[in-house]
Amino acid sequence: MAHVRFDNVSKSYPGGHHALSGVNFEINQGEIAFLTGHSGAGKSTLLKLIMLMEKATQGQVLVDGVNLSRLANSQIPYHRRRVGVVFQNHQLLFDRSVFENVALPLRISGYSSRDLERRVRAALDKVGLLKKEKQSPIELSGGEQQRIGIARAVVNKPSLILADEPTGNLDPALSAEIMRLFEQFNDVGVSVLIASHDLPLIDRLNHRVIGLNGGRLEGERPAGALS
Amino acid sequence: MSGNKSKKPTSAPAKSGARHSKVTVNSQWKAYLQHHRLTAKDSLLRLLRSPGSSVMTWLVLGIALALPMTLFVSLENVKQLSRVWDQSSQISVYLKKGVLSRAANKLTEGISSLDQVSDAIYISPQQALKEFSAATGLSDVVQGLQSNPLPGVISVVPNLASQDARAMEKLQNKLLLYPQVESVQLDLLWVKRLYQFMELGQRLVWALATLLGLAVLLIIGNTIRLSIESRRDEILVVKLVGGTDAFVRRPFLYTGLWFGLGGGLIAWLLLTIGLYWLSGPVEQLISLYGSEFVLSGLGAEDSLLLIFDGVVLGWLGAWLAVSRHLVRINP
Repeated sequence: MAHVRFDNVSKSYPGGHHALSGVNFEINQGEIAFLTGHSGAGKSTLLKLIMLMEKATQGQVLVDGVNLSRLANSQIPYHRRRVGVVFQNHQLLFDRSVFENVALPLRISGYSSRDLERRVRAALDKVGLLKKEKQSPIELSGGEQQRIGIARAVVNKPSLILADEPTGNLDPALSAEIMRLFEQFNDVGVSVLIASHDLPLIDRLNHRVIGLNGGRLEGERPAGALS
Repeated sequence: MSGNKSKKPTSAPAKSGARHSKVTVNSQWKAYLQHHRLTAKDSLLRLLRSPGSSVMTWLVLGIALALPMTLFVSLENVKQLSRVWDQSSQISVYLKKGVLSRAANKLTEGISSLDQVSDAIYISPQQALKEFSAATGLSDVVQGLQSNPLPGVISVVPNLASQDARAMEKLQNKLLLYPQVESVQLDLLWVKRLYQFMELGQRLVWALATLLGLAVLLIIGNTIRLSIESRRDEILVVKLVGGTDAFVRRPFLYTGLWFGLGGGLIAWLLLTIGLYWLSGPVEQLISLYGSEFVLSGLGAEDSLLLIFDGVVLGWLGAWLAVSRHLVRINP
């Protein structure tokens, strides 16, 4: 079964702006793919539909075979817990430590403190920030902040990770490092969908590319096509 | 990342459920309680971190809660006082001139056998004159009188059970029907007025309590609204990573609860200090009227009720604010 499936999905906003029109694609379990396109092409909207931050005006979005438009409002939080999201602007909370930022999804899901500490440290270790767990995110660099965001996205062990311009403000070396992290998660079976317009980096990694232009799919490229 | 996890087989096999993104019911319950504790503590610490504005809010709430409670306590004291006076309320039945003491005694017996009467004593004109001269010290004047101007009086103590104003009036009419009776005097008017005033007072207390309770709700609601605004980012992130509405609501409900508890405690303190301050003069004043009276303060039950009211109002105010404003914050 496809992990994520878009069936003829359209999204338009009041005022007539069409963010997505008739989008069809599938992402399989354990697949990694890039979502590319100019800003305004509909990348963020597409990710928001998977996160249920928006609802499709037409068509169906299915995650793990579940039609998201049929999900009751009370079920949305539980859906979001199964999806890890990395935001361009990190969405970190500066009033608490790095540790507490990463622990947030676990506190929400109801982990006891022992399990929670173990998992948070494992996630921080994974992104190489174990030594900075007591600091405030504001003391850390942009790349480190993005890594906290990634640790928070994966701490709940989601089977699907979405990332919206995760390397937006980072230099090429840091960007490559961040992408390597996503690849590592993908290596253990997590499906990953990354929205990015960093075309040189995407070309170098040679994964599957889903192109968007003006809300329509355009320029799909299978994995390994450039080798 | 699960590869990373499996490098640390520290937990017992029974716990393996928790290692696979699943949480057992028991551990979830524990974590739920733990989160309540954490949230309660964190909400309180947040309030204490900005002591200036928190103390102001607590004081406003305390005053708003203390006002109706002060009226309530005053009313309770007046009630207690009126009960003391009630017991001494008597009916004086004046007999016609020339009623012989034998007939008067018979009449007294008849009156005391009435249901509404607990006791009746006949005071003959001679006795009355003696008492009058002893009480006033006007024995010279009394001795100078040619005849006794005082009528015979039957002093009637009404039954305690029938002491409301209407029953007393009925009794008065009944007594007037006896042919030997000239007039019946009962100091009912002031008793009536007092009852009326107390009823009015009671309603005032309720009206004031309702209005100020509403004020407490609004104050807390507004404070919580500001708190929601200032924590907007946090709410967004929590909702994005799968926080339920209950989870998002919790810290604000606790904030309201702490505000209410603090307000209730301050109200209690204000009342206790105020009563202590007043008790001396009030008791002196009352003793001038020859009455034994102790200003009753807040009992343990009333104190708890006051603080509990504060907590409930705080929680409710927060709940109203949260349910109105939280739905508007959506990622």
